[in-house]
Amino acid sequence: MELLAFARGPALWFSLTVLVVGSIWRIAASWRLGNKPDMSEPRGTDLLAGAMRSILGRMIPRKAFWRDGKYGTLNAYIYHLGLVVIVFGYLPHIYFVKQLIGLAWPPLPETVVYVAVGLTFISMFIALLERLTDPVRRLLSGFDDYFSWFVVMLPLVTGMIAIHQTYPPGSAPLPPIYPLPLALHLLSVELLFVWLPFGKLAHAFLVLASRAITGAALARKGAAQ
Amino acid sequence: MNTLAERAQTVIDSIKSPDARRANQEFVAAVSRDTAFQLDACVHCGQCAEACHFYLATNDPRYTPIYKLQPMLKAYRRERAPFSFLTKALGLAPPEATAQELTDWSELLYDSCNLCGRCTLACPMGIDIAGLVRRAREGMSAAGFAPPDLYKAAQRALDSGSPIGVGWVALKRQIEIQEQETGIKIPVDVVGADYLVILSSMEIIGFSEIIGALARIFKQAGVSWTIPSTGFEATNIGVQIGSRDIAAALVARVVEAAERLKVKYVISPECGHAYSALRWEGPNLLGRPYPFKVVQIMELLDQLVREGRLRTRGKDARRLTFHDPCQLVRRGGLTGASHRLMNGVNEHYVELSGDGATSFCCGGGGGVSAIHRAEPIRFAAFDCKKREIEATGAEALVTSCSNCRNVLEEAIEQYAMDMPVLGLTELVAQYLDPVPERPPTG
Repeated sequence: MELLAFARGPALWFSLTVLVVGSIWRIAASWRLGNKPDMSEPRGTDLLAGAMRSILGRMIPRKAFWRDGKYGTLNAYIYHLGLVVIVFGYLPHIYFVKQLIGLAWPPLPETVVYVAVGLTFISMFIALLERLTDPVRRLLSGFDDYFSWFVVMLPLVTGMIAIHQTYPPGSAPLPPIYPLPLALHLLSVELLFVWLPFGKLAHAFLVLASRAITGAALARKGAAQ
Repeated sequence: MNTLAERAQTVIDSIKSPDARRANQEFVAAVSRDTAFQLDACVHCGQCAEACHFYLATNDPRYTPIYKLQPMLKAYRRERAPFSFLTKALGLAPPEATAQELTDWSELLYDSCNLCGRCTLACPMGIDIAGLVRRAREGMSAAGFAPPDLYKAAQRALDSGSPIGVGWVALKRQIEIQEQETGIKIPVDVVGADYLVILSSMEIIGFSEIIGALARIFKQAGVSWTIPSTGFEATNIGVQIGSRDIAAALVARVVEAAERLKVKYVISPECGHAYSALRWEGPNLLGRPYPFKVVQIMELLDQLVREGRLRTRGKDARRLTFHDPCQLVRRGGLTGASHRLMNGVNEHYVELSGDGATSFCCGGGGGVSAIHRAEPIRFAAFDCKKREIEATGAEALVTSCSNCRNVLEEAIEQYAMDMPVLGLTELVAQYLDPVPERPPTG
């Protein structure tokens, strides 16, 4: 129980602090560099619309860039959506968030979440295999890529171990039967929180900035997104 | 010698003693807020490779667009990234790029990048990779690591006004020939004209009929125009080698000509990068907005047609397709104008796949056509364009960039294809409706 108390107490608060402060710094440090004002006469002036179009539109690749025999894009959808379903659709996770910040929402059926876990698990391994075998991705990859994969995979694995042993049926808020798997699961999530601001997982928020910048710049020129 | 020219000369002289430290400093100096967010956002998915014709033609992962930015990325991570203070303190910061690395990367940042921006459209993170390559070239060019051919072209441009040494005497001769051919007096140095026509050296030397075509079109449309005897060179080797100092020195000459002749508009001619240089980069290079507007020739012709001032009669009966110059369309935002013009003069016009936004570069943009050692890879990359063109079943190819036109002609010859390449302005002039002339307005 001591480890679980640590995971639920100091470790959680430490990791959340690193997550929030680190993420804010990662944004602020780039923000403070500033931009020079663009003196050229704009063709398009609705830069916000351009930014939004880019943020939303780039979720789906243009057909011109599809290439036969490559399923990397499809696989990325599976693990991204899978993680969303698992993180936000699983009842114990919703309880966790509710206890933390008081927000709650209806859960997805457990079966849906379990299917998502299975698909995400497989999809994550495919992603790793592709990174290791595709010459382009292999060339681009370094410690950050593999470690980030590991810190996403770890909560998935520890979570799968914790699924059936954690709580008496229908009484999620009560103390768990076996605290160790839950403690390890929490600690693995906390590792993810701590790593997120420093590595490529920060794309969770940097993607918005990057897409918006290019979207606004292309809109300014009147160019296609 | 003014300050702009002196600074440009310093950049050109850097080739005499390449300096890796200077390159690294420039990489860091080129990082703004937007650049930082974009350098930071890559997830190494490799999708940009699928958009790059240099990668597609070779399957060599080194040609992955984002990989071309490694030296700049390392400098950024070392000195400017949000946690660089931490990685430096822990001894985890990447080392600065060495002179050898930068020499190796010269091929990746120049020979195998047209700045065409397909990768920018393909990137799921929305990183403007082409824009970042343009910025990385600042570091390369300032420190002596750009290809020697580009420094030589820059020197010629600085000395003679043209990257291939085409001076006023040559242009004057072409103007005289075109006056004889068309029977129209071509206005030179007319103060107070509405439109200033500038040209690329390639047009003056290779496709000078464009001068006559413009004379005929402007006569029919009643456009008041002039050609300057100085500052007529539209190309800008500075934006290709990636030096704001060289680019500023060259664009200043056009701006000076426009201000001297008090024109309302400067017409950016059939040249892709000239448009980027004058329309989008120029005011930022000089640090001030222009007292005139920049209009691209396609844009102007399209406007004249829509206003009813430019009328055509008859259409080319062949099946034609149009190559969209990257810097005009994908990077420049001139979407639609050339396609409307094509439909006006061609009966069986067929668009390339991608509707201009994603069609392949000719392979010669971004200064690549001026780099002799890049010829083999340029021709290899053309295979993508070739398949795109052949898919249309077109009998001839039309474009609105004289550099594209020249590069396409060379590649078509290399691949033993049977396909003439035409200029759109000339094609429009060919189908002008013969009507009584109108006096110039304004």
